[in-house]
Amino acid sequence: MIKRLLIILTLTAIAFGFYPLAWGVEDARQLSPLAAGYVENSVEELGTSNVVTAIVVSYRGLDTLGEVTVLFAAAAGVTLLMTSGNPERRKKRAASRGKDGKDGKDGKDGSEGGSDKARRQGSELLAAGAAFLFPIIWLFGIYIFIHGHLTPGGGFQGGVVIASAVLLIIFADCRQELGHTVLQLAEALSGAAYVGVGLLGLWMAAGFLDPRFLAAGEFGELFSAGAIPIIYSLIGIKVGAELTGIVDSLRRCS
Amino acid sequence: MMTQIVLLIGFLLSLTGLWGLMTRRDLFRMIISFSLLDTGVHMIMVGIGYVKNGTAPIFDEALAPAGAVEKVVDPIPSALVLTAIVIGLAVTALMLSYAVRVYTARKSLSVEAVKELRW
Repeated sequence: MIKRLLIILTLTAIAFGFYPLAWGVEDARQLSPLAAGYVENSVEELGTSNVVTAIVVSYRGLDTLGEVTVLFAAAAGVTLLMTSGNPERRKKRAASRGKDGKDGKDGKDGSEGGSDKARRQGSELLAAGAAFLFPIIWLFGIYIFIHGHLTPGGGFQGGVVIASAVLLIIFADCRQELGHTVLQLAEALSGAAYVGVGLLGLWMAAGFLDPRFLAAGEFGELFSAGAIPIIYSLIGIKVGAELTGIVDSLRRCS
Repeated sequence: MMTQIVLLIGFLLSLTGLWGLMTRRDLFRMIISFSLLDTGVHMIMVGIGYVKNGTAPIFDEALAPAGAVEKVVDPIPSALVLTAIVIGLAVTALMLSYAVRVYTARKSLSVEAVKELRW
């Protein structure tokens, strides 16, 4: 009882704290000085059409590197939690796999045991549709992260689109094998290249993750804005590989 | 007015999420509450960045770089939320896999089953 009262009190207090913020706020008439500076200078300094990209990749590039690190930590945590970090347990699990095959982490050997609630296979329609759509979705994801400096898109969105294509394939056929070596290589190399490009900026331009060590090019062209398309593509590959890894380790095919 | 509506929905979502986090015992419901809280915070951030009659800060034929400062919304909250959404997705996946592990170990999805977290 006292607990419920406390919860209600806390929520009311927070609601009262929110209230002036929600109703007192006027629609802003102009940008804050910092935002105005970004909008005014991004074209001249970096040559990006998309100001958000200029902020994510360049002005706040270090924050983005941090966020990619958080993403990596989360993906590593998922893999660790789902594929039992304890070696003895893993051995036991591998031994028991032959018997009931329920815990197979990548599920390729899940069917032998014939567990009671076997997952329904993806239908013919889904399989054909997934096979047809997979390259298109993949291409769309790549388009999104390559054009991150020109259109509303970027590495994070493109990476998620790419991972969603893999999710579709896994829906269609749960036992689909993924190239783990390729995934790990893509993730590790793109992450290292991201930092490498950042260091190149430190060496050849004004600072860490400064994309201006490449020529700015013509405004609005695909190959413009210095290294921003390269950095965003690397982020896209990394995010795509990490989320694909998450999707892969979360599946259960028994 | 637009901003108020977005902010209000955001606050309601956040409050719902907080309420769920404080009252629910089921791990999956707590994760859903956390996602609600997450979404609410994103909406609040985007709502605060709105400028009256502003458009997306992306230059093209319709929006010339010169004089754009008067016409665009604040790009900084958008940049923050852009990454926060993807991070939220990964963190949700992390929480879900934790829930799966708790269920495998304790055969229960209740937080009460995780006695080590009691204090």
